[in-house]
Amino acid sequence: MKNVYLDNNATTRMADEVLNEMMPFLTERYGNPSSMHTFGGENRHNVDRARQQVADLLGCYADEIIFTGCGTESDNTAIRGIAHLDNKKRHIITTRVEHPAVRTTCRQLQREGFRLTELSVDEKGRLNLDELRQALTDDTALVTVMFANNESGVIFPLEQIAEIVKEHGAILHTDAVQVVGKIPVNLSRLPVDLLSFSGHKLHGPKGVGVLYVRRGTSLLPLLLGGHQEFGKRGGTENVAGIVGLGKACELAGAHLDEESERVGKLRDRLEQGIIKNCPDVKINGDVTARLPNTTNIGFEYIEGEAILLMLDRLGIAASSGSACTSGSLEPSHVLRAMGIPFTSVHGATRFSLSRYNTQEEIDYVIREIPAVIKRLRELSMFTPKDASPQAPYERKPEIALSPGLGERES
Amino acid sequence: MWDYTETLKDHFFNPRNAGVIENPDAVGEVGSLACGDALRLMFNLSDNGTISDVKFQTFGCGSAIASASALTELIKGKTLAEAEEITNQDIVEFLGGLPEQKMHCSVMGREALEAAIDNYRTGSTEKHELEGNVVCTCFGVTDEEIKRVAQENNLKTVEQVTNYCKAGGGCGGCRGDIEEILQQLQREIPQPTADQDDKTIKQKSRSMTNIEKIKLIQQTLDQQVRPALQADGGDIELIDVVENRVIVAMRGMCAHCQVSEFTLAEVVRAKLHEFVSDELIVEELKT
Repeated sequence: MKNVYLDNNATTRMADEVLNEMMPFLTERYGNPSSMHTFGGENRHNVDRARQQVADLLGCYADEIIFTGCGTESDNTAIRGIAHLDNKKRHIITTRVEHPAVRTTCRQLQREGFRLTELSVDEKGRLNLDELRQALTDDTALVTVMFANNESGVIFPLEQIAEIVKEHGAILHTDAVQVVGKIPVNLSRLPVDLLSFSGHKLHGPKGVGVLYVRRGTSLLPLLLGGHQEFGKRGGTENVAGIVGLGKACELAGAHLDEESERVGKLRDRLEQGIIKNCPDVKINGDVTARLPNTTNIGFEYIEGEAILLMLDRLGIAASSGSACTSGSLEPSHVLRAMGIPFTSVHGATRFSLSRYNTQEEIDYVIREIPAVIKRLRELSMFTPKDASPQAPYERKPEIALSPGLGERES
Repeated sequence: MWDYTETLKDHFFNPRNAGVIENPDAVGEVGSLACGDALRLMFNLSDNGTISDVKFQTFGCGSAIASASALTELIKGKTLAEAEEITNQDIVEFLGGLPEQKMHCSVMGREALEAAIDNYRTGSTEKHELEGNVVCTCFGVTDEEIKRVAQENNLKTVEQVTNYCKAGGGCGGCRGDIEEILQQLQREIPQPTADQDDKTIKQKSRSMTNIEKIKLIQQTLDQQVRPALQADGGDIELIDVVENRVIVAMRGMCAHCQVSEFTLAEVVRAKLHEFVSDELIVEELKT
């Protein structure tokens, strides 16, 4: 069966070069890097090399890189590690469109007694920086704002955000899971204190993540244990995963131009092809500040899960923010925060590309998708006459939910 | 990814009776664009009073479309009186099962059918709504609807209610109210032996026939034990009764629970002794 994989914001295909680098550490080189004997100890050099490869991609020092188990662990470590550092500062600022790894952690801290401000976004998924300025107080311990959104692909202006946050002396963390490897990140010029990302989003292995901690930033470790990772993350190193992640970062650096140019052109081709061949579609998110690989398209009057099932039968893998795919009964919190009209919120479909996609694949999708949309609209009882008024999809003000409820993954 | 049956997938990819009847004898419409799913059911009655022609339109996910397709197949050729007997469980069975979180799709089918029959009889084209006060404001579900869906499907937990009618699945603010409704329903179920004198029950149990004893054991498990287990994601099943040995199996979360032996000994035995006979011995069937 055909497999056109357009769900790269969920996870990516591991590069062959990455697997090759990892193989010795999954087989004969099983030693523990902390061991005194050569057999284990020499693996330390491979871990250090990977740390340097990551640092080279981010424009930082190797000793600012901590390897973790996943992006979610990096986020948890950063947020909890800062929040519990200073008992006098009890305020956290985040946004309404964060990934559950950040959102759920912040809301848990709220339950534990912290004040939490969740910044709103406009209909294009953009922040209002004045809202951030007004939210900052002397009491603010941490600002955690994602670098780019996993669903809409909208990139937040981290440089301006950093400038504002630094004026107030708060710590700035960013979840950059969707950014690293897709667009350039230079931490020598971008003054964030903490940054998270994960291996499997940039053609590396699953089960390994990175937390960047700027020199001079104190942080309480989340996982207490041995001395590994400069005492900031206990636990025997996942050597194969770390080596693979390092290689993935090296490859990402080499492919950065390609990611942002060739992949961007393919994305635009897909988007334009769909707009041209399907009536009543809307692009969700700010098209002027967006990841090059992501498009989120709202197909009006039909529902996302039905679209995905139809595409799946054609061998096309995509993702949806609709209620029925989110494991909850409401559309994704990101699309709701953006106030996407209810005519299109349920049909929001995300296509996320990678360097492994070809123009042939994109043209196949462009060719097949109009019939899918037409078929579901024939089944649907709604048509453009149902569109007025164009009310945004809104519910009562949200109350904090128990962890996991109403959340969806990447 | 949802675990859909082959029958369900077939009814999604090849829906039966999709489309529109111009000027139908009856039309029923439930759901809305904002809610994320909606169904319009139309049918004509033949001279002998059976449903001759039926069509549907659905805005919704795969299981919503398949449920509507199943509904049309179920009611075709039936009289209104026969169609009225169709429950959401009939739709579920027709499809060979629905994932728990998708049960509301089958309930939407039953509601659309009721709305259409109501429309035929009264000419009412108002959106079908049950009596009662709105409990879930996110999805506009009333207390009467919650009671009905809970009774018809033997629902015990708030999560189940959410799966079957969406109530409580938005902001979550009404989950406490739903819990209260469920508790009220539990109280309304007659507890036949609860307030009788202990001795009479046990005397009665001695004179019970085997069938009566098994029924009472099943009833005690259903009313006294299962709700608490189901609230924690588990369940218990009565496998057999051999003289005074009651053989049960733990299901779901309880099956792997470290404390399930404790649960068995302490709860099941105590309840069976209280309500049936203190001579009963409980044994767990390990699978």
